[in-house]
Amino acid sequence: MNPTLARVAGRVGSTLPVVAGVVVISFLLSRALPGDPASYFAGQLADAESIAQVRASMGLDKSLPAQFVDYVGALLRGDLGRSMSTGQTVATDLARRLPASLELTLAALVLSCAVAVPLGVLAATRPGSWVDHLCRVLVTAGVSLPTFFTGILLIYVFYYLLGWAPSPLGRLDFVYLEPAHVTGFYLIDALIARDAETFFAAVRQLVLPAVTLALFTLAPLARMTRASMLAALGSAHVRTARAVGATRRSVVLGHALGNALLPVVTTLGMVFSFTLGANVLVEKVFAWPGIGSYAVDALVVSDYAAVQGFVLTMALLFVALNLLIDVVYTVIDPRMRRGATR
Amino acid sequence: MSLRTSRRDILKLGGTGLAASALPFLKILPASAATDATLVVVSGETINSLDLHRTGTNRPSYQVAINCYDRLLTFGTRTTEDGELAYDSTALEPELAETWETSEDGLTLTFTLREATFWDGTPVTAQDVKWSFDRAVSIGGFPTVQMKAGGLERPEQFEAVDERTFRIALDRPSKLTLPDLAVPIPFVINSAVAKANATEDDPWAAEYLHTTPAGSGAYRVLRWQPGEQLVYERFDDWACGPLPEVRRVVLREVPNASTRRALIERGDANLSFNIPNKDASELVDAAGVRVVSTPVDNCIHVLALNTNFEPFQDPDVRKAIAYAVPYEEIFQRAAYGRGARMWGGQAGGDSIAWPQPSPYTNDMDLAREHLEKSAFAKGFEVPFSIALSLSDWMEPAALLMQESLGKLGITTTIDRIPGASWRTAALVDKRLPMHLENFGGWLNYPCYYFFWAYQEGHLFNSSNYRNEEVETLVDETLFMSVDDPEYAPKIRRLIEIAFEDLPRIPLYQPALNVALNGADGYESWFHRQLDIRSLVPA
Repeated sequence: MNPTLARVAGRVGSTLPVVAGVVVISFLLSRALPGDPASYFAGQLADAESIAQVRASMGLDKSLPAQFVDYVGALLRGDLGRSMSTGQTVATDLARRLPASLELTLAALVLSCAVAVPLGVLAATRPGSWVDHLCRVLVTAGVSLPTFFTGILLIYVFYYLLGWAPSPLGRLDFVYLEPAHVTGFYLIDALIARDAETFFAAVRQLVLPAVTLALFTLAPLARMTRASMLAALGSAHVRTARAVGATRRSVVLGHALGNALLPVVTTLGMVFSFTLGANVLVEKVFAWPGIGSYAVDALVVSDYAAVQGFVLTMALLFVALNLLIDVVYTVIDPRMRRGATR
Repeated sequence: MSLRTSRRDILKLGGTGLAASALPFLKILPASAATDATLVVVSGETINSLDLHRTGTNRPSYQVAINCYDRLLTFGTRTTEDGELAYDSTALEPELAETWETSEDGLTLTFTLREATFWDGTPVTAQDVKWSFDRAVSIGGFPTVQMKAGGLERPEQFEAVDERTFRIALDRPSKLTLPDLAVPIPFVINSAVAKANATEDDPWAAEYLHTTPAGSGAYRVLRWQPGEQLVYERFDDWACGPLPEVRRVVLREVPNASTRRALIERGDANLSFNIPNKDASELVDAAGVRVVSTPVDNCIHVLALNTNFEPFQDPDVRKAIAYAVPYEEIFQRAAYGRGARMWGGQAGGDSIAWPQPSPYTNDMDLAREHLEKSAFAKGFEVPFSIALSLSDWMEPAALLMQESLGKLGITTTIDRIPGASWRTAALVDKRLPMHLENFGGWLNYPCYYFFWAYQEGHLFNSSNYRNEEVETLVDETLFMSVDDPEYAPKIRRLIEIAFEDLPRIPLYQPALNVALNGADGYESWFHRQLDIRSLVPA
């Protein structure tokens, strides 16, 4: 077999135990949640009899091992179960909400990369200058302002006071119909449907929440770019490049940045996975129907199926992401390439 | 900004505006007469099912049953002292039933249905009513319990005499039966559609009706995107009441209260349902916004003292606490003065109105006096539990009480319990020594409140209270007519015992707050959900 393929296959194979572990842990963790979902979902005025009925219908009257066998059996059939709190199957919920979160997170990351990387590079090449100070201020503000505060502040200024932003009513204003479902990303689906109006409506809704998240994710990215750029600029090979008379441009962008990007990509991966699950507050403030608020709402009411489905999906996503980052490494890092073919 | 202007036009003109032609949502939904309008409602809660009878359906979903289905009866409308509209618990009015009569012995109720059609054009028959009632008493869970409260327990009690005559046979006459037919539960489903979608495992078509209502109500569901929005559209052939003025109501879920407030102040939302007390008190002065606060019938926020725990078995301890509660501060800081005061009333009054103010006031000298008479003169330590999901009022109330009780030597530690555990701990296991509770009864009778909150073993009696006389009095009064000369004295005695024994110390009657901007005609209901049928554009 081709050695690269073998490496990838080995890498994929090594994720299987991780997934199995996640299945067990998510099951046990959700059962360890406090409270009795049966009595919660039996509704107000429920008596002991109707709570018992609900318990049986949720399969919670069985022993823990029996419940686990049921759960794994359903999983193998591709059935994630039904969320009690939203009334939908977990698969439907995730199919709706994961693209919403991904769209928001990716938009925010593109935005923050577009600002953070140039800012970090400029700050590193001119340490102590006003750019460096600006970078420091932005970074400090980004980490120290909680996202829900930034979100509410942006709504207050741009929607409430100035009226520039559209109503913070989620992914689309109510006068628009969602585009036909292809990918679940409204921007992409609207383009596929060649519906420019819905596309721009979706963009308008996306701007404020994406900026809020971008401000938050900007900090680690800009700091990492600046630090690794500083290290790269002081390294031997850059000194050599300068000594042989390479232009400043080719030194900074070619020799230094190429090497400095590695830790930035690692940080980007971490920031992405963290943001995807943790942007609950932004989702709540902008009525964004994402996966973070779904998970928190499910946790609060001990909605087992939803919690398990969320944990499992996130785990699979992280595994896929790590794979992807490994692949990206081999592309941008020459040492990895050599390592792979040796 | 062009989007805003065009959207405002749509709201005002009901889609007939010039700008509307450019908007896709209205392209596929042609607008009708100019009096028709679209209203936007925002709410922080999520709708998780379109079928109220289904297991796991949450409270906010009840509004679908109210707006999309008809019941046999409904309640009339009254104007409150503030000039707002509210349901009238004393006036039963026809909805799907045109007339009804009760037999001499009170055991047979006969209803004549009006000529109405379901959304699919088929007529509503007594067989549909029978099937829907059979469903409500058989499907289990909350609907079955609520039906039982009205003496409706078995399918054999219901009979479709002919196409338009429906009969209920009761085991005993009860004043609760007719009002129980006007609560959201006994709604009438298109049984032909439901049966066609029933399966062996699911004889009541709960899976189908969960996402696809089949009724005869004033509105039908045009779109439902769980977690995002629900769009109602008027059913123009609705027969059971005056045709609503609003053609389309868009209900958007906006979890964050600050965002909802910005939307209503800007006028992009026409109605914000169930807003926090703080917002209600501040929005009163906002331009263009009207706030309607209605005290919730038969509902009291109380401090419950669990009689399974030693200090609270001592009546003097309970009285000491009742005198130590800083009522006015709680009312101002937890409720922002919205609702009704439930303290400082007259002892031994004539009134059988419920809720009514208790005779207690904040009097630290009397509190000390009572505590000194008790076996716990030096005070004691006790955990004080509140629900995290209700912390908007429970937290300030608990902190104020903690401070005040501290002066008596009663040391409390505040224990915040999350959503799913709260019900289990407080109501099912009844294991919280000292906690806050907020039961409200749908049927507006004092005996009904006492049944749920003061009889032993009942769900909302989280104090484990038992008093022989209360047990007897509640059993006697629950089905008794309010016109019975024995009713009032018995209720007075119940109230007297409740205030003497104090398993629940009344704090205040909460209010339900709604903010309106560009909408009018809001009517408050005992079920605390939004009835969109009465709304009009303003």
